[in-house]
Amino acid sequence: MLSFNQDCWFVRKVVRWRALASIAWSVLLLPATTTLFVFLVRFSLFHPVEWISECFGLLMAASTIFSLILLCGVVLVIGFFNLEGYTVVPSIPCSRVALLAKVLHPRQCVHSLVHCTVGMMVMWCASVMAGGRYQALGSPCTRGESADAPEVCLNEYHVFLLLAGAFIGYSHSFLGVVQNMNYVSFQIIQQYKYLRCKGSLPWVLKCSAVQSLYAVRNYVALYFFFGHIPRAWISNSLNLPIDSSLHSLDSLTGLLDFSLLYHLWISGAFLLLTWYITVLLFRIYVTEAHRFPVQSTFAEDAEQCLPKVLSEKRTPIMKFLALQDLALLSQHSPPRRQEVFSLSQPGGHPHNWNAISKECLALLSDLTQRLVAHHDAVASNGRARPPSATSDTRTTSNSSVSSAVVSGTEDLPQTPRPSVLLKTPGSVFLKSSGRGISSPLTAPFTPDLDSPFSTPSLRHLAAQQVPQQGQWLGSVQSPHIIRRGPKLWSTSTDSQANGSALASPVPTPSSPPPEQKSSFMAQWLQNRKEQVKGFMAKRVLVVYLFNKLPEASSQALFADSQAHIWALEGLSHLVAASFSEDKYGVVQTTLPSILGCMLSLQEAVDRHFKLPHASSKPVKTSCSMGDSTYKTLRFALRAALKTSIYRITSTFGEHLNAVCISAEHQKRLQQFMEYRE
Amino acid sequence: MCSLALFPPPLSGGQITLYEANNELVAGSSPDCYEKQHWDPPSLNFPRETLKPHSRPESSSKAAFLDHKDTLWMRSAGAWYMLAYILPKWLAVSSGCVLALIRWMSSFHGSLFPHLTLSGEEMTAEFSQVLDWSDSAIRSFAWHPHTDKFAVALLDDSIKIYNSRSATAPTLKHRLQRNVSAMQWKPLCASALAVACHTCLLVWHVDPSSLSTRPSSGCAQVLSHPGHSPVTSVAWSPSGSLLVSASPVDTAMMVWDVAAENCVPLQRVGGGGVTNVSWSPDGSRLLAATPSALFRVWETRMWTCERWPCLKGRCQSACWSPDGSRLLFSVQGEMVIYALTFSDMTGGPKSAAVVADLSETTFSGIDDITVGGEVQSLAWDPTGERLAVLLKGTEFLKSSLIYFNSSLAFKWEWKRPLNLNPGHILQMFSSLKSVTAI
Repeated sequence: MLSFNQDCWFVRKVVRWRALASIAWSVLLLPATTTLFVFLVRFSLFHPVEWISECFGLLMAASTIFSLILLCGVVLVIGFFNLEGYTVVPSIPCSRVALLAKVLHPRQCVHSLVHCTVGMMVMWCASVMAGGRYQALGSPCTRGESADAPEVCLNEYHVFLLLAGAFIGYSHSFLGVVQNMNYVSFQIIQQYKYLRCKGSLPWVLKCSAVQSLYAVRNYVALYFFFGHIPRAWISNSLNLPIDSSLHSLDSLTGLLDFSLLYHLWISGAFLLLTWYITVLLFRIYVTEAHRFPVQSTFAEDAEQCLPKVLSEKRTPIMKFLALQDLALLSQHSPPRRQEVFSLSQPGGHPHNWNAISKECLALLSDLTQRLVAHHDAVASNGRARPPSATSDTRTTSNSSVSSAVVSGTEDLPQTPRPSVLLKTPGSVFLKSSGRGISSPLTAPFTPDLDSPFSTPSLRHLAAQQVPQQGQWLGSVQSPHIIRRGPKLWSTSTDSQANGSALASPVPTPSSPPPEQKSSFMAQWLQNRKEQVKGFMAKRVLVVYLFNKLPEASSQALFADSQAHIWALEGLSHLVAASFSEDKYGVVQTTLPSILGCMLSLQEAVDRHFKLPHASSKPVKTSCSMGDSTYKTLRFALRAALKTSIYRITSTFGEHLNAVCISAEHQKRLQQFMEYRE
Repeated sequence: MCSLALFPPPLSGGQITLYEANNELVAGSSPDCYEKQHWDPPSLNFPRETLKPHSRPESSSKAAFLDHKDTLWMRSAGAWYMLAYILPKWLAVSSGCVLALIRWMSSFHGSLFPHLTLSGEEMTAEFSQVLDWSDSAIRSFAWHPHTDKFAVALLDDSIKIYNSRSATAPTLKHRLQRNVSAMQWKPLCASALAVACHTCLLVWHVDPSSLSTRPSSGCAQVLSHPGHSPVTSVAWSPSGSLLVSASPVDTAMMVWDVAAENCVPLQRVGGGGVTNVSWSPDGSRLLAATPSALFRVWETRMWTCERWPCLKGRCQSACWSPDGSRLLFSVQGEMVIYALTFSDMTGGPKSAAVVADLSETTFSGIDDITVGGEVQSLAWDPTGERLAVLLKGTEFLKSSLIYFNSSLAFKWEWKRPLNLNPGHILQMFSSLKSVTAI
């Protein structure tokens, strides 16, 4: 996620202007949507002439102009939230509790609150424009027989619409989290912005109508049961009595009013349409291809050149656009390919190619390592751990391998530990022996020290134990013990008992009684925890919340794979083009490593797809603004990888036999050359 | 301009062209005197009788039973309607009026685009590249672009795959695989085959090393989009990343990312649909023919298009030169081949030039043979040496295949104006249905 204070030239110079342009266009589109809304909401079948003249009159009215200004403000706020919240790497919660944490995150709460308020504002405008019985909060009371009835009563229709606005605003914000609406995906083909916008508008219209229908259904049900609470509250706080002679709206007769439902639906669709258009325009603007120069003649522009920009890690959007640009240039523009293959003027080094290929290969081997680590973890456990409870960290730091691996396979993200420990040979065995006892049901929340089941004291203890055990036992065994330490919470007590039994007979000056006590305490707590866990595992709700979502781990592994797809396309097209265009043979030197990298990635991907849930296709969501492209990225990556290898083999053909790669890779390559993969 | 009169006279007296050796065509009277090649192709003889169309009403006992797919709600509504029949009069009248209005509008639409009144199968037959599609035993044929492998779609809606390396010939069948009108292998891939079907688009993944003769329908990806059926044409991008599909009913053509199963519709009003798509071999342009006298050439970088209105009729068939700079096409109702030359420098051509005249020519020999007619299908071989043209039949010769030497065999010739030289008129046994470039 980007914020304004980030000091990156790309965000300052490009992204911000694009966001501004998209907001400006959504403001300019507002009068059109408002006109459409006014015509629909005032629709009357039997008086067409009256209807049209009334609508034109209304469009000129001062109240409508004021509403439009208010709506502009709303669009500005929505646009600001789009810019603040967008991400190119979706964060995928691996269990329902992680999703719940995402929804209850303070940032998200602010988001929801603002959307509620803004939704109310839009609905206020809508009710003003709809006129009639929705016009104002107060309405003159129908005079009963008693003469002392108050002049002004509460207009429940107005309240009904305002609350609907708040509800739709909240559901928009909530669905935004669930469906990853802030995720921005890149189109498979390049189109001009105008044409793309024109092409997606009918879809957005349909989407907002359908979503509004769902929202109306939910809202009406909610209002039927709980509508009297806000009504009573508003009527009390504003001192507006409720007109008792009218039907109240939280009854069947009140709600089964066709024209009320129609107006509610149209207003909801209008609200969602203005917001969706803002989101759509933002997506279209921000994913527009940006052309980075391959090399520049001026030293001060060097940081804006493709090789430099590719290695940038802090700004994911820039990296993605740079990789997209690389893929495009490698396919479509021979002059720019020439620049990639060119040699530096004094010295004659292929700096451009070296930097680009190095960065792409780093990305690919990164993914290979991630896949291998995941596979090992799954193979040793029988089931995978969610890569991280809230993978927000990964989205910000754009998936640095080590952190992903640590949080994916290790159990203690909080204890600082060098990631070298991962490679201790005994680790896999230890893990399997440790995890084998715990039932699969309990596995999801066993190791999490930040889970709600671990008290702060426990967390403190766990953090303390690491250095202590290191002191008790020799430094040689320490990695294993360190690894075992946190594991104790998830297994039965034997290993911990062993550890302390081993440690206690050796009187070392540095083991004072409090530590012993803490170990007993820990054991006691451990037993308690086992009991609690056994108790909890039987509760359906807990299991429901903590069970891992199927294929979520697979989706999370490939969350940023669009970058890898472009890297593969870019590399393979460049290598294929080098066959005829590379005058100095700069590509030849890296060809073995490129082939090796691709083939080992292919192997890792093949192995990954043999895991359960990895090759199951996600269900298609029919009509929602949330982009579900990330769910199928792994399939796209697999296809792109094969195509890339085939592209190289079909271009080079028999010449590839002269490339020195390992025998295993040679065998695999042979398969590709015979078209047998 | 080349015309049929310049061709050497075709063979006569029951002779047929068998093969080519040493740049000469060898003719014979029986097909058994083949010279052995490096791959002896399997004998492909599909008797018409063994291939029953998939769902003939008389061949199944299904018609004797009532289809019972209605939901409970629909059934109860039906029962209410049957029993009570208490529809208000005005509702019945007004619904009748609305229906009549809709029918009138659709007939108006149909008069603008006559092809919309055809049924799905008739439409596929009309726009297929195969001659006499509805009655042909072989519905479609596709060579693999890289290896000795091909797929044949048969009348009974099955697809057979033959491979030079293995003896097994897998048969592909799928519930949705009806009325196959086109197939294409994915470039830069060994296994994926896109099939244009009646209701959807299927992408089969046939593992080349598998020994199974009946791959399960789990190997097929179903790609469908509402309003996009029947699909009559598919085209993979030469880089293998995108798939374009077209339907004569849908004004939008779909660009698919097959692995991710999402699509981008590219809509242009006018023309009333897209019948035939063909990607230039270098991947920079895409031809989209419509059922009206109009076709479009898309450039595939930013996906904008040029409109090419034809005067006479719709574009029946088209093919690209190997470098993607020339487009040859034929128009329904005219017996000529047109050429368009594209170049990046000059902003594109202004009008199409006639490069070959295929009007009927009578060769006098032992018995007079008349050759010529409208073009059914065009194919250019990837080296650019030859252009094969399948002609629609005259009453004497049901169809004939001719080829031109197209003088594009060498790269340096690609820049020069296109020059078609007369090749040969090939004589076949029976009527020839389709032509594909290897």
